[in-house]
Amino acid sequence: MDNGMEEAGNIMPAAVLESKAAYDIIRGRFGDAVSEFDANPTMPFFEVADASKWVDIALFMRDDARLKFNYMACLSGVDYMEQEQLGIVCNLESIGHYPHRIAVKVKCRREGGSIPSVACVWHTANWHEREAYDMYGMTFEGHPDLRRILCPEDWTGFPLRKDYQVQETYHGIKVPY
Amino acid sequence: MGLLDANISNRNVLVTSVDNVMNWARLSSLWPMGFGLACCAIEMMATNASNYDLERFGIFPRSSPRQSDLMIVAGTVTMKMAEKVVTLYEQMPEPRYVLSMGSCSNCGGPYWNHGYHVLKGVDRVIPVDVYVPGCPPRPEALIGGLMKIQELVRMEGLGISRQDALKKLAEKSVDAQQVIDQVRRATA
Ligand code: SF4
Repeated sequence: MDNGMEEAGNIMPAAVLESKAAYDIIRGRFGDAVSEFDANPTMPFFEVADASKWVDIALFMRDDARLKFNYMACLSGVDYMEQEQLGIVCNLESIGHYPHRIAVKVKCRREGGSIPSVACVWHTANWHEREAYDMYGMTFEGHPDLRRILCPEDWTGFPLRKDYQVQETYHGIKVPY
Repeated sequence: MGLLDANISNRNVLVTSVDNVMNWARLSSLWPMGFGLACCAIEMMATNASNYDLERFGIFPRSSPRQSDLMIVAGTVTMKMAEKVVTLYEQMPEPRYVLSMGSCSNCGGPYWNHGYHVLKGVDRVIPVDVYVPGCPPRPEALIGGLMKIQELVRMEGLGISRQDALKKLAEKSVDAQQVIDQVRRATA
């Protein structure tokens, strides 16, 4: 189905066009700090190429009168093992203002990498970033309370990494089957 | 047949052993700890509720381990919860019984391989007397398990340890298939 759509020319569904218009505003403000627009019909997205600008971009997206992305629907973590990177995907929407929605990806190094926290921009990000940290192990710079949220605090390793091996024992209790 | 059906006259004197009376009292008032850990707990609650009515066996949940003599581990035991389960178990007065309900607390259930956070069987941290298989077990299965606990209580006595009682119980095991066939024949 995807191919069919591309062959028919670059006709984007109306919803994607909305996202594209929002993206153009962000691109106009931040230039090369954001990547090209990806017109994914399920969830259009762009990537933050310069992660240090992520908080500025987030504030701009939330506060600009033409964007008003006032709602973070989700923040997920991703392990790009082959590229030696970890990342997050933020799904943003504008409730009560505009019909547009967009996903933003931010990446960092796999070992010891860190991403600026946007918990101060969207409160939803607070727990979601803690969960991403809990499961993948990237840190969030400037997060008010970056602790594990689901696993026990003294758990070893980050369970959703693709090369995760479960620990042998936890407090003397055997963990593997 | 129960005592009440026996039409006891003759000044109501019954002769029996202390063991029997004690065990009869204990097995007729099993008080489980009222806590559930996952989906199995829903089934346990259904068993407690009016349709299945556990109170007809004298079983009704208590909110404190100090008042309980039975722990129904109903659901997924996570690594975080495991230590709490041990604490609760230790807070229960003896003699105490543990019924492991459902695949999760029996052996990790659906999380046996990729569930990094799940304890693969609650018997890794506390001794289990009766295992009820199923995901989740139906209320009938849970009642079956509770009746096994009752049988176990009946087997115990002065000088008969839990281990001996469990062994005796194992000897008395029935082949489920035979029972099923028997019921099918009877209802055919
Ligand atoms: S055994 Fe099945 S029903 Fe019971 S807690 Fe586990 S997953 Fe849920």
